[in-house]
Amino acid sequence: MPTPHDIIFSALADPTRRGIFERLCRGGEQTVGGLTAAAGVSQPAVSKHLGVLKKAGLVLDRHEGRQTHYTARRQALAPLLDWTSQMTEFWESRFDDLDDLLKRMDQ
Amino acid sequence: MTMTSTETRSVVIERDFAHAPDKIWRALTQPHLIAEWLMKNDFVPTVDHRFTLTGDWGSVDCKVLEIEPQRALAYSWDAMGLESVVTWTLTPSATGTHVRMEQAGFRPDQQQAFAGAKFGWQKFLANLDEVVARID
Repeated sequence: MPTPHDIIFSALADPTRRGIFERLCRGGEQTVGGLTAAAGVSQPAVSKHLGVLKKAGLVLDRHEGRQTHYTARRQALAPLLDWTSQMTEFWESRFDDLDDLLKRMDQ
Repeated sequence: MTMTSTETRSVVIERDFAHAPDKIWRALTQPHLIAEWLMKNDFVPTVDHRFTLTGDWGSVDCKVLEIEPQRALAYSWDAMGLESVVTWTLTPSATGTHVRMEQAGFRPDQQQAFAGAKFGWQKFLANLDEVVARID
């Protein structure tokens, strides 16, 4: 089962998506049209990327007339920037690898 | 007097392994085995020995603080502005070994240093690809 961290990491793994998210972080609220002009991909592609970012809780959308405005939710990254929660996840995964190694040492 | 200046936090992971303490001890103290589950390293099981753990994202400076074969191992763990101590405790159990890892010494200001501009946003994003590759 993917953890919230995994979902955020996967959402930001794609360079285009990460670019869109960074642009929203730096430039504040923007429309799909505005983001498309800077992204170098088609508007449907940008909309799709925004959908993934929204699912991961990284952006919020606001409808106004025919336009949808997007803003970045930087606070969604807080768990990743928190040392203790990040290290907990790190050690859990190291323990998994340790367990794998111990099993291989049996053979 | 402030409480926060001395307040530190710890990360504790505990797990029961179906393996004997001596085997787990080898995995925790032999460099080629440590490399299999943690990171590349030049670990030597001697108190005061300084060693480096090297990952694809950077390195961790360590020093062996305590060694009690098959029972306890502690080393300092300094990376990216963090100064902490990792302590391993092995306790024999009916089914194998209970392993406890505590990483102690996270001060609130260290946390801020990590989350701040220096090691935060830009570097974090730049490293995401590698981090994701490791999750897969």
